[in-house]
Amino acid sequence: MTLDPHAPPILDVASLHKSFGAVEVLKGVDLAVRPRELVFIIGPSGSGKSTLLRCCNRLEEPSSGSIVVEGVDILSPRTDINAVRRRIGMVFQSFNLYPHLDALGNVTLALRKVLGSSREDAAARGRAALARVGLAEKAQSFPNELSGGQQQRVAIARALALEPAVMLFDEPTSALDPELVGSVLAVMREMREAGMTMVVVSHEMRFARTAADRVVFMDHGRILEEGPPAKVFGQPDHARVREFIATIEH
Amino acid sequence: MEKLAETFFNVRVMAEYAPKIVEGFFLTVQLALVVVLTGIVAGLALAAVRSFRLTAVNLLIVVFVDVMRALPPLVLIILLYFALPSVGIKLSGFVSTWLALSMVLAAFAEEIFWAGILAVPRGQWEAARSTGLSALQTLAHVVLPQAVRLTIPPLTNRTIAVTKGTALGAVVAVGEILYQAQSGYSFSYNPSPLTLGAIAYLILFIPVVWFGRWVETRFAWKR
Repeated sequence: MTLDPHAPPILDVASLHKSFGAVEVLKGVDLAVRPRELVFIIGPSGSGKSTLLRCCNRLEEPSSGSIVVEGVDILSPRTDINAVRRRIGMVFQSFNLYPHLDALGNVTLALRKVLGSSREDAAARGRAALARVGLAEKAQSFPNELSGGQQQRVAIARALALEPAVMLFDEPTSALDPELVGSVLAVMREMREAGMTMVVVSHEMRFARTAADRVVFMDHGRILEEGPPAKVFGQPDHARVREFIATIEH
Repeated sequence: MEKLAETFFNVRVMAEYAPKIVEGFFLTVQLALVVVLTGIVAGLALAAVRSFRLTAVNLLIVVFVDVMRALPPLVLIILLYFALPSVGIKLSGFVSTWLALSMVLAAFAEEIFWAGILAVPRGQWEAARSTGLSALQTLAHVVLPQAVRLTIPPLTNRTIAVTKGTALGAVVAVGEILYQAQSGYSFSYNPSPLTLGAIAYLILFIPVVWFGRWVETRFAWKR
């Protein structure tokens, strides 16, 4: 996997601030994600990781700063946010599959309603996306008939089917039983090898070590340290990072 | 015993007024159908509008809903039928009853649908919006299909309750079952037409009650 350091970033976040009432959750975050890069965000709870991710597709409205996706300023009032969002896939901790639709229905809803694909076309692309996450034979299963790991893979397929430019993962394995985590991480690894640009908030340190191009450590609404996994996990500059990694790994 | 049968089940009187009751039966069916249709559609529309959380609009909706739920439907019918003509609006008894009951049903239905919409987890909205669906598309394809299922049992009960209010139309000369039964009673001095009316109501509403129960089990939500 080669990253082009000169390629313009797919996702460019600059001096991002976000407050909930009087509480400032993000205090000026800068983060540029290049094509094909896998950026891994770690940090203690309440450090603003999820909020940062949720600002990137405006599920949360930033207080100030700028976010540019594929050259489009997504905070501009002239931007069609729905058009931008289909370029940004998102995977949630709690899967959020639609319980009234089967797996294929979950994957094809946006294809039909957002991209305007015909039913047959959407079904073909939906099946391809399900096959990619290893669930081709579960197309007719409803979410309550699937394990947590399978549900999360359907959720990944739902985002993948739209062929996004970047995928955001918000603690994708935190709600899973330990034995189901592997299947989801395997799918994520396959996506990375296929060249998907990804931003992952997670506590799966072993996955971060082997799959991430860059690890970002957030603390109190700021990026405290970032670098290649070997550096951040091996010889971090900040004692705070060292302490956090020690607590996570034991 | 014989006197009782003579009073309440007088075959001669029943035979005489049966055609009128049948006429009333079909009028009640018509009235009930338009009330259910208008009330539920309006209630759903109000709940959908409310989900966009526009403060001023929502205030209006809440005021409407609370007033309609607080007023006895009969008061509303009489207001529409007897009070509106004084400002130049003349509504027939049928239209007055239809409007009044529809507004009451719309108010209750709105509250029920709204509760259903609130019961759908926020993550459903977020997942749908994150794939590029608009707020309206999310409501239509993701939230309402789930909300409506949750609302079917309470909605069925409320619909049955409001629909039975069609009998109130008798007060404003709508020729529905109760009106026909009452006039039969006053012409014949025998309550048998009222018995017949009660039977007509049972024939009409027992299947509706059964249908409600079937719908409840049919749409029982498995998670």
